[in-house]
Amino acid sequence: MKTFIAFVSKEFKHIFRDRRTLIILFGMPVVLVTLFGFAITTEINNASIAVLDRSHDSYSRKLIDKISASGYFNIKSELQSFNQIEKSFSNGKIKLAVVIGNDFGKHLITGKNAEIQIVTDASDPNTANIISNYLMAVFQNFTTESGVLPPSNLKIDTRMLYNPENRSVFMFVPGVMTVILMLVSAMMTSITIAREKELGTMEILLVSPLRPWVITIGKVVPYLLLSIINAITILLLGLFVFKMPMHGSYLLLFSEIVLFILSSLMLGLLISTMASTQQTAMLGSMMGLMLPTILLSGFIFPISSMPVILQYISHILPAKWFIIIIKSIMLKGTGFKPIAFETGILAFITIVLAVMTIKKFKIRLE
Amino acid sequence: MIAIQNISKSYGDVKALNSISFRVEKGQLFGLIGPDGSGKTSLFRILTSLLKPTSGKATVAGFNTVTDYKDIRKIVGYMPERFSLYMDLTVEENLKFFATVFNTTIRENYHLIEEIYQMLEPFKNRRAGDLSGGMKQKLALSCALIHKPEILLLDEPTTGVDPVSRKDFWDILKKLQKSGITTLVSTPFMDDAELCDEVALVQKGEILKMDTPQNLANGFPHKLWKIVSENNYRTLKVLDEFETKISAFSFGNSVHLATGDDVDEQAIVNHLKQHNVKLISIAIIKAHIEDVFMDLMSHEKGSS
Repeated sequence: MKTFIAFVSKEFKHIFRDRRTLIILFGMPVVLVTLFGFAITTEINNASIAVLDRSHDSYSRKLIDKISASGYFNIKSELQSFNQIEKSFSNGKIKLAVVIGNDFGKHLITGKNAEIQIVTDASDPNTANIISNYLMAVFQNFTTESGVLPPSNLKIDTRMLYNPENRSVFMFVPGVMTVILMLVSAMMTSITIAREKELGTMEILLVSPLRPWVITIGKVVPYLLLSIINAITILLLGLFVFKMPMHGSYLLLFSEIVLFILSSLMLGLLISTMASTQQTAMLGSMMGLMLPTILLSGFIFPISSMPVILQYISHILPAKWFIIIIKSIMLKGTGFKPIAFETGILAFITIVLAVMTIKKFKIRLE
Repeated sequence: MIAIQNISKSYGDVKALNSISFRVEKGQLFGLIGPDGSGKTSLFRILTSLLKPTSGKATVAGFNTVTDYKDIRKIVGYMPERFSLYMDLTVEENLKFFATVFNTTIRENYHLIEEIYQMLEPFKNRRAGDLSGGMKQKLALSCALIHKPEILLLDEPTTGVDPVSRKDFWDILKKLQKSGITTLVSTPFMDDAELCDEVALVQKGEILKMDTPQNLANGFPHKLWKIVSENNYRTLKVLDEFETKISAFSFGNSVHLATGDDVDEQAIVNHLKQHNVKLISIAIIKAHIEDVFMDLMSHEKGSS
């Protein structure tokens, strides 16, 4: 036990004396959360648009007021002709243009087809899609409110459960937490072990009465603690800065977080048994873990719209299951039962990785 | 204490060790002398149980290096080729850590490292990475000694260390020997060899010769001349054409020339004069261990 404590305290000294490690450990979470929170967002606020009103009647005026009052759009310019639309787009001034057809009000009242055209900048398809959807919602509102159209028999009422405002924070807080925990746990542990090999200190540790489990667990414990601190930091930021709701049990959430950290630590250990330099360890965890975690876990791109092969790959990523679990707990407030399956898979992956690591641990240099 | 029987080690097609056998007795200071790439490090790694030999058997203090590796790891003090310390830990922290790893404390075995550690004491709060080469080496030795090992395995401990520190280091080894520790040390330096009880000259994974340094030097089979001239390089070149020469090597500011017993001084002086070499002095000298090694190596080259 004394040797174990000495080993862990040595590990903490390595961490706190290396500025690079500290930056990755504590700077990264804050930077990533802020980045995703403020810059990379799928919400639309004040999207610049232009309006070409060809009827100039009271209805078209009302519609334009409605658009600008929605808060999602910022009407940059009122255009006079079609030619100006193209120009405004190529200047990059606007993301979308609305064209209101001739005799808009008259057509509305007489029940003819009143025409509205939406022109979007599809060089940025995501944004184009989202803002035109927002705009459609505004139109829908307009027609029902102004009472110009007889209410149709079919009324579609979409309600977004668990995230009524469709806020992207709900997506990125679990996502960023997953990425950070993966980064800290897997990459950092694999690097520290590879560093001992690279510097030759592993040679001395091996030629000592130290048991392999002391070396392994001693490497893991500090990063487990730091990862938990990181998870708490991200949670606090999410809850208090970005107003992410938390409906479930904290104890359950915490246990699931620890389980995920353990699975990442095992991954890191496994990588380190194969990598002999810090560089390979870093590249290995970057390519093998970070990218799949970001791209395939459903964090940014929905898994259901991926090619089938990638969907299969996503099944073996602990990150995918963790994101499902964390969202269920935080947003839906589910208990253990609904996520038992996901938890089971995560636990299974962890155990498999642990067994592989123990099998691969080398008591010699070859 | 150490018994090595027909140890071979291959990495793929490369043969690092080719059926090496020797014994190190208890309390001996045994030197493994040879150039880089002669297989010394592989041998150390086999003895410390870090590598398995391709064939052959080795025991350290009676323990088999393959099957009893756990026992070996308790009783050897190992200093790898590079000074493997934690560069971001201080001198004291390094020592403390290794003491704890071996289930002991600095105080318990302080008497073993006292002399070395006194030199390190002023820097005990300095990080190991900021120490000079000689200091790092002393710290590494302290760390290897802190658990009172029965056997010290030192792989090129004096490489990259200044001559004064090197001498200090050997003084320490000699003292450790008196306290009963068996030491196997490797070095590429010939003058280190003379300080050992017994040396093995290794080259390309084979032992060329093994004896006490004294016997090795005495066993030099040729007449040896030390020639000091104004230009070593030119002298060497001119001696290439000297018919009765056996070998000639540059040694610092002189040339060592080995000849058969029947060659006399006049013949050499005449030869040099003919080729306009300005001779400063020439004398018969006793062979040094380095001469023996050079001689053996040149035979190797000739035969292969």
